[in-house]
Amino acid sequence: MKRLVFLVPLVVFICLAAYLGYGLTRDSRILPSTLINKPAPNFDLPALIPGGAGLKTADLKGHVSLVNVFASWCVPCRAEHPIWATVAAEAKVPIYGINWKDKREQATAWLKEMGNPYTRIGYDPDNKAGVEWGVYGAPETYVIDRKGRVRYKVVGPVFEQTFNEKILPLIRQLRKES
Amino acid sequence: MISELGHFALILALCVAVAQAIVPMVGAARRDANLMAVGSSASVVQFLLIASAFAALMHAFVTSDFSVKLVAENSHTLKPMIYKIAGVWGNHEGSMLLWVLILSLFGTLITLFGGNLPPTLKARVLSVQAMISVGFLLFIVVTSNPFERLFPPPVEGNGLNPLLQDPGLAMHPPVLYTGYVGFSIAFSFAVAALIEGRVDAAWARWVRPWTLLAWSFLTAGIALGSWWAYYELGWGGFWYWDPVENASFMPWLVGTALLHSAIVVERRDALKTWTILLAILTFSLSLIGTFLVRSGVLTSVHAFANDPGRGVFILGLLVIAIGGSLILYAWRAPQLKGGGLFAPVSREGALLLNNLILATAAATVFLGTLYPLFLEAAGGGKVSVGPPYYNATFVPLMAPLVAALGVGPLLAWKRADLPGALSRLKFAAAAALVGLVVTAWLTWGRSVLGAIAIGAAVWLVVAVVTEFAGRIRLGAVPLGQSISRALGLPRSAWGMTLAHFGLAGVIAGAAAASLWSDERIIAMHPGETTTIAGYSVTLAGVAPVKGPNYTSRQATFKVTRDHALVTTLYPERRRYVVSGQETTESAIWTRAAGDLYAVIGDPQKGGGYVVRLYYKPLVVWIWLGAAVMVLGGLMSLSDRRLRVGAPTRRLRGAPAGAAPAE
Repeated sequence: MKRLVFLVPLVVFICLAAYLGYGLTRDSRILPSTLINKPAPNFDLPALIPGGAGLKTADLKGHVSLVNVFASWCVPCRAEHPIWATVAAEAKVPIYGINWKDKREQATAWLKEMGNPYTRIGYDPDNKAGVEWGVYGAPETYVIDRKGRVRYKVVGPVFEQTFNEKILPLIRQLRKES
Repeated sequence: MISELGHFALILALCVAVAQAIVPMVGAARRDANLMAVGSSASVVQFLLIASAFAALMHAFVTSDFSVKLVAENSHTLKPMIYKIAGVWGNHEGSMLLWVLILSLFGTLITLFGGNLPPTLKARVLSVQAMISVGFLLFIVVTSNPFERLFPPPVEGNGLNPLLQDPGLAMHPPVLYTGYVGFSIAFSFAVAALIEGRVDAAWARWVRPWTLLAWSFLTAGIALGSWWAYYELGWGGFWYWDPVENASFMPWLVGTALLHSAIVVERRDALKTWTILLAILTFSLSLIGTFLVRSGVLTSVHAFANDPGRGVFILGLLVIAIGGSLILYAWRAPQLKGGGLFAPVSREGALLLNNLILATAAATVFLGTLYPLFLEAAGGGKVSVGPPYYNATFVPLMAPLVAALGVGPLLAWKRADLPGALSRLKFAAAAALVGLVVTAWLTWGRSVLGAIAIGAAVWLVVAVVTEFAGRIRLGAVPLGQSISRALGLPRSAWGMTLAHFGLAGVIAGAAAASLWSDERIIAMHPGETTTIAGYSVTLAGVAPVKGPNYTSRQATFKVTRDHALVTTLYPERRRYVVSGQETTESAIWTRAAGDLYAVIGDPQKGGGYVVRLYYKPLVVWIWLGAAVMVLGGLMSLSDRRLRVGAPTRRLRGAPAGAAPAE
């Protein structure tokens, strides 16, 4: 009987480890953002690619869209990048890029190498728009509804699972909203 | 080339650690002196290898070698040298390397200073240390290689987060890690003792200096972190109950308990299995802290890389290290022989009470930290547990702790005379009451908690002084004799007195600064004046200033009292050129009675500026108190008994008459 007392710490730890293990499986990247359900912040960025389209608040109104913050120096961006080509084809929503804290030459070279799925890309080398959006790391992805409100935010790379389970159903639902 | 050598040294260190984990353990089981001796040399070799890997990484940072990915992501040529160096550990990979560097340093210290340890115990301790090393080296090599190259190398790096470009924070990680990792030695000793199947006074005496060292560093590390938060974040707060702060605070609470229970093992041969458990738990909490910070399980401003792959790896390490040691504990601890018995009212009883309260406090913090996770597991939403929870749970636990702390050192070992001790504390109780009433009168209408806290601090100070005065027989013998008695006291007695003294400072400062601070948040035009806590503050002007890697907007505030200029404050708002991030540099005028704290904000449309002014009474006492606590720890560490080391196992400590209370 006395021996059982000495098992208590072990049992407690096993329960704890199970909880921590559970914690790892859930998506800790879905952060509640203060922007959720609020209109996208005011910003106006010049085009990254000379002659291309820039990005400003007004561009987000009237349709459902995705805004993706990326940079050529950011490795997770590289990891998530292939999904955007698929998204552009499947979800039929425009993907807007914010090229964040980057250099123009490096960013354009990166897009040449990786492919360019973005309809518009705003160039934000000095974190002007990033501050407004509350970006604290690349990549970040936002789902925007017809009224130009932020409806969802993902910090870190978007992979297939997050996309199929969270983002895609949300886009479908937002399309139905008037 | 140098980076590749560093990487190679790291892999070699892993191989050496594997050998160090296996060979001495086998040697100890077979009583083979040659095999056991491998542990000593391997520990030194392991340290040298990790040190060269660390030096290689530092070289890459100092020379701004942006072909190394870590340097490109975290450094910049414009950064001042000190932050290039601090940049080595200002990121996940580098800080893990620092972690194992300190771990292996401690292993080497055991080899160097553990000459009087029985060879089997020493071999086993070094082996357990190496097992921890293996886990973390593997983690670095597999998931967090700091030497990864980048091709093509960028022309310029991304810079270090400007919030972290601060002298206080440059020193914070090494100091904190020395504390965290230092507890690995107590852990290794506990595991080795369980394998050996014996814990006695000599064992406690070997463990105590290491625990003291780790505790002193952890105290200093936490204090540095809180000081940094105070002056750098610009909100005047010093403790946020953030998960990462809690991650360092939990090992501190349990480590403090360990420090005290080890005294009981050393002096009275009691509380052995409890002490072993505390040693395991203290380091386990350090490991869990590492896990919480790096796995992304909890969201926090401090979080490093949110990488689930790393999280799984660290969780695996946790399960092996903590689960393994607790299995060993459940199996072997019941066989340890109990030692001396004691009455509930005794020094042992008081130390046990201290242990129980500290352990409960740690459990409270633990629940608060992990509750959001538990709730989510149960299907609830995302919540965060804030200061109200801790005010309602943690703070009330501190009251009995402080009350008992005043009495404990006056109690004798084994069986004590409580009424006698209490009658010696009549004066302390009266002083505490006066302190409480005066404070309540001065702050009438505000939180009653503050008056209680000040009463508690006064109680503690007077009780500590009473105990010390009794020990040097102040008043009972001529003053000269008292002084020579004081000088003759063991340093551990001085250490205890200082540490308890420091705690009183921390309590008073924390309570006053959180309960009675004043603030003004207003828009001011140059030339305008406002008042706070009896001071008139005039915004004299705002001017641009240029720094090495930032530009800054600097405000000038003239502070006057009764029309006499007392000080001028220059808060800044810095904008870092590379990242475009902005930081606030608060200006603080510190005096014992309180800090005047000024922050300049953004310009307003009409030409004014947002200005935040705070008055924080007694806040500096928090860090002075912590510094005194650290001093106490180091003083105790320099005690002759610990320096000379333990005598042979059969021999018990010093004769009871000269016994210091620690």
